[in-house]
Amino acid sequence: MIAVELRKLFRRPRTWITIALLNSLPVLVAVLLKLTDLAPRPGEGPAFLSAVLTNGTLFPLAALAIVLPLFLPIAVAVVAGDAVAGEAQGGTLRYLLARPAGRTRLLVAKLVAVIAFVLVTVVIVAAVGYLVGTTLFEVQSVGATTALSGSTLTPEQVAWRTVLSIGYVTISMLGVAAFALFFSTLTDSPQLATLGALAVLIGSSLLFTLDAASDIAPYLPTRYWLSFVDFFRDPILWRDVVRGLGLQAVYVVVLLGAAWANFTTKDIAS
Amino acid sequence: MTGSDTVIATHGLRKAYGSLRAVDGIDLDVRAGDVYGFLGANGSGKTTTVRMLLGLVLPTAGTVEVLGRPIPKAAREVLPQVGALIEHPAAYGHLSAAANLSLFDAAGPGGVRRTRRSRIAEVLEQVGLGGVGKRPVRGFSLGMRQRLGLAGALLRRPALLVLDEPTNGLDPQGIHEIRTLLLDLNRTGTTVFLSSHLLAEIEQLATRVGVLDRGRMVLQDDLATLTAPTGATVVDTPQAERARAVLGDRVLSADGDRLVVRGAEPAEVNAVLVGAGVPVSGLTLQRPTLEEVVLAAATGSGDRVAA
Repeated sequence: MIAVELRKLFRRPRTWITIALLNSLPVLVAVLLKLTDLAPRPGEGPAFLSAVLTNGTLFPLAALAIVLPLFLPIAVAVVAGDAVAGEAQGGTLRYLLARPAGRTRLLVAKLVAVIAFVLVTVVIVAAVGYLVGTTLFEVQSVGATTALSGSTLTPEQVAWRTVLSIGYVTISMLGVAAFALFFSTLTDSPQLATLGALAVLIGSSLLFTLDAASDIAPYLPTRYWLSFVDFFRDPILWRDVVRGLGLQAVYVVVLLGAAWANFTTKDIAS
Repeated sequence: MTGSDTVIATHGLRKAYGSLRAVDGIDLDVRAGDVYGFLGANGSGKTTTVRMLLGLVLPTAGTVEVLGRPIPKAAREVLPQVGALIEHPAAYGHLSAAANLSLFDAAGPGGVRRTRRSRIAEVLEQVGLGGVGKRPVRGFSLGMRQRLGLAGALLRRPALLVLDEPTNGLDPQGIHEIRTLLLDLNRTGTTVFLSSHLLAEIEQLATRVGVLDRGRMVLQDDLATLTAPTGATVVDTPQAERARAVLGDRVLSADGDRLVVRGAEPAEVNAVLVGAGVPVSGLTLQRPTLEEVVLAAATGSGDRVAA
């Protein structure tokens, strides 16, 4: 069943169009930076962007930081929101369940496919970022990358910390995916499920900027999204990363539980 | 308990949506080898019943047994042996017919991978889509989609076919082809459960008939029993008045040149009339049509909302 869902996802032209569009923004940013030579000053603009002019190997991280606030969660919400509701709208859900695919199995397979989509997307964004970064910008050869805390990192350190960042960004997206998947079991309209998840996301981002909401800020799903920056402090600052992982885990467990409870007991009328 | 030749058995099956009883205590009895015609007006509860047989809708009360096992509990063992067409066919538009069938076959148990390609080629040929190639389903006509849906139902040589309006969207030749295919399959041992509101379709195919009216089963019997001779003979004669005089109170009703006469022996009626010098242009044993039987048993159209 998982193999079937992966085949469906990755044989679908829409999946690759989404990934291509997602990559267009960081590429555009890189080209503009190259043409104008105007990098944002440190502390302004997306993370890492101030440093890429002098070190192209940091561009994968800048690319992730560029897509993370909006593009990536939209893509995830579209794919996860479509997971069950899209099958319901197309009429294929009743055939899958009468096959019988098994409701729990189908939900698990959908979840795995969504996770695979997030991982593939994040890896491609990082890979394209690396290609673009190393082509357009200077590459510092040996041991001179400056960590955010001022000391220097070797290329090996940069490489494995980038891998950690890819993993962390993937996991950060699972909360959105879980919201969209849950909504996807509630409605027969994939658009509605996607918009529901985006509403949660926008609400969370808005509350995060509000001082009056500071008491609930630690529980907002977007709270620790940018904490992957902390992998580039020396030594790595684990506090927010660990909190971010824990928070995503809670959202995933609760929402998937709700999705499962709803989907396994519902009448399929689509 | 049900006998070993019972393919579908429901007991007191009920589905309520709030105060609306969509299906209200029905006892289906479909036996091995039947072509079972499940008739009912729009909104009579046919689709809800079909969905309960397949574990898609969960009953409010009552039990469902398919191939001797409870549904939805044993769905994983039973449903791989059941081919279904549920309302409209559905497929992924960007994929070819064969790719759709391949995904569908791999999505559940009982679809042996080794034989998948040959089974797909075979069923596509069987439903008349053998030459469809790699065209995406997006461009298919309604009739082609219906054929593809049927191919999906046949993919694992099921012991039972559950078909909801299978000739939807097909032209007369297509309907004839599908009817022939279903009868061939039935002859080789497949039980067919055919849900339809088309009386003519059921009358031509079914061996047993169940009639659903507003969620209740009002009739369930062999077609041959339902349309058995009534014990009367229909006489056509150009001299209806003289015939009435000759036959006296044996005439049950008259309509122009056509008389309905008591007596299940057309030859005997003929002899009486000819003996009296009354010309006879036609004689048939009276049988009720399925339409008459259904109209007598059911209350009216399901989508009619009276004031």
